[in-house]
Amino acid sequence: MTRPTIDLRPTTQPPYPRARPIHAFFTRPQVIALIAVLLVNWMLFPGFFTITWQDGRLFGSLIDVLNRGAPVAILAIGMTAVIATKGVDLSVGAVMAISGAVAATLVSSGVSAPVAVAAALGAGLLCGLWNGILVTVLDIQPIIATLVLMVAGRGLAQLVTEGSIVTFSDPVLVFIGTGSILGLPTPVVIALLLMIAATLAVRRTALGLLIEAVGVNRSAARFAGLSAGALLLIVYTFAGFCAAVAGLIVAGDIRGADANNAGLWLELDAILAVVIGGTSLLGGRFSIPMAVLGAIIIQAMNTGILISGFSPEFNLVVKSAVIIVILVLQSPLSARMFRGRSGGNSGKAK
Amino acid sequence: MKGIKTLALGAGLGSLLLSAAWAEGLDGKVIGFSQIGSESGWRAAETSVTKAEAEARGIDLKFADAQQKQENQIKAIRGFVAQGVDAILVAPVVATGWEEVLTEAKEANIPVVLLDRGIEAPEDLYLTSVASDQVVEGRVAGEWLVAAVGDKPCNVVELQGTVGSSPAINRKQGFEEALAGKDNLAIIRSQTGDFTRSKGKEVMEGFLKAEGGGANICAVYAHNDDMAVGAIQAIKDAGLKPGADILVVSIDAVPDIFSAMATGEANATVELTPNMAGPAFDALQAYWDAGTVPPKFIITESKLYTPTDDPQGEYERRKDLGY
Repeated sequence: MTRPTIDLRPTTQPPYPRARPIHAFFTRPQVIALIAVLLVNWMLFPGFFTITWQDGRLFGSLIDVLNRGAPVAILAIGMTAVIATKGVDLSVGAVMAISGAVAATLVSSGVSAPVAVAAALGAGLLCGLWNGILVTVLDIQPIIATLVLMVAGRGLAQLVTEGSIVTFSDPVLVFIGTGSILGLPTPVVIALLLMIAATLAVRRTALGLLIEAVGVNRSAARFAGLSAGALLLIVYTFAGFCAAVAGLIVAGDIRGADANNAGLWLELDAILAVVIGGTSLLGGRFSIPMAVLGAIIIQAMNTGILISGFSPEFNLVVKSAVIIVILVLQSPLSARMFRGRSGGNSGKAK
Repeated sequence: MKGIKTLALGAGLGSLLLSAAWAEGLDGKVIGFSQIGSESGWRAAETSVTKAEAEARGIDLKFADAQQKQENQIKAIRGFVAQGVDAILVAPVVATGWEEVLTEAKEANIPVVLLDRGIEAPEDLYLTSVASDQVVEGRVAGEWLVAAVGDKPCNVVELQGTVGSSPAINRKQGFEEALAGKDNLAIIRSQTGDFTRSKGKEVMEGFLKAEGGGANICAVYAHNDDMAVGAIQAIKDAGLKPGADILVVSIDAVPDIFSAMATGEANATVELTPNMAGPAFDALQAYWDAGTVPPKFIITESKLYTPTDDPQGEYERRKDLGY
């Protein structure tokens, strides 16, 4: 039996230039979009950029954007890795509900908070591992494999909470949702640390390159000697872990686990954040910080709609209009037009 | 298996004896209840209250959970007809598609009572329907606020339910009716909180920022208690005192709003009673005993609760109902 030969020589252009000029950052469509959304918010509400110090923490609309955007940003970190392998994880919203339900039920039955948090994170890891096994061992397409847990997971969470909102006042869990570290809300700090850790893990080691290799062509990656299965297991388990962290945050925020609504439809926001961040759903090249930026853009839009005073019937229309504009800005067509007009220089900022 | 048969026989004999003792009333009647599912805490409470009401009246309640699917409800109703129950209670999951199965029940001479929601079907297919009036709920909340603020100017922010849902539309309408003609009260902001705690909190945070840190807001009206609980947390985070700096009025009367009321953080709630079955059983009893045909629509009371109504006691009474 002959195997196809693969050309493993490096391409002429390295895919990741390590140092980029600072102006390249500001001409990225995501950054332009974020600045535009923030400016519109500021026009709608002049006090938007005002940040004050209150009760030992920063207080203002901009802080709200970061704080409310943190759960989706955390989901997007895990989702980016999954999507880079040409997969998708629809179950993250349901895993959030499971994690919150496990933590809340345990603390309200007298278990200590660290144990409850560990159990919730463990439940998230297990859910992610389950998805990974379905995708790798049983070779089910990711969208179907994770759909199973998306539907069943919320039911599991409801079983854990017995259908009601389990409330708690445990200081540790409440701190995760609403506390502050050095003036910044805890969720923001958690998201930031997770983003930095994940980015370092994929960019300072070969992990990122391996993920991209699997995403571009799983068979080719395997033939090249890469254990694609193990890598996918890690990636899905990590997405489950991120979802569990986000679940703890939203439960802590309302001091209760709402199995019916926690994380509902957030998997779609997370996928959108990843796409806004420029990662292709076809796998391959990805960027975790850009996905986090995507989550912040989505939340800046949500917050803008809330403070603008539009009637709620317009919420989704405004949101979808802005998203269409952002995606058009990112499309290859507009990138070509942009490059043509500005002499082929700034348009290369990818 | 034999044990189960003996048990069933015993129960059957027991109920026979009991029904002989109380010929009048609902004792020993077999009533089927097709519940939607357990979509919310209120729904769970409705189920447990229905079971309790049935037990208190000696009714043998056959309970069927439809898991939010109409086909399961239709199957359950057909099953009840086949078992020859005395009456059927249905909390319909959707408004349409009931003619056929209700006609089957009618032909079997089994009265059907709708709970909580109405349907689009000829009225002769069911005995009566028991539901709350959502417009009245909004009006009661609004009238409480009008009385509470008196002649003082008051800016109200509103947390709406899910856009387009009937409770959101009706509770908004009723509240606006109560405020109509009162120039000192104005609804300055209104946004949807999707009936959830976390969205209620997020929307309230936005309102507080946009209205001078909450200085311009005198009251918040939430279409359900869960959003109010979220709003209370947002008000506290902004350094204000809910219930004093900003009045909080909402609808549903779930246990957690009573614990907020007990600590002075919520001011009023309007009850959406989970006891829809009680009036339904009463109507059935009157129908069987005296032949009284009930009106087609039985409206449950929309009762107002304030901190003077023993909120701690109400919390204790409700917390185990499954909310």
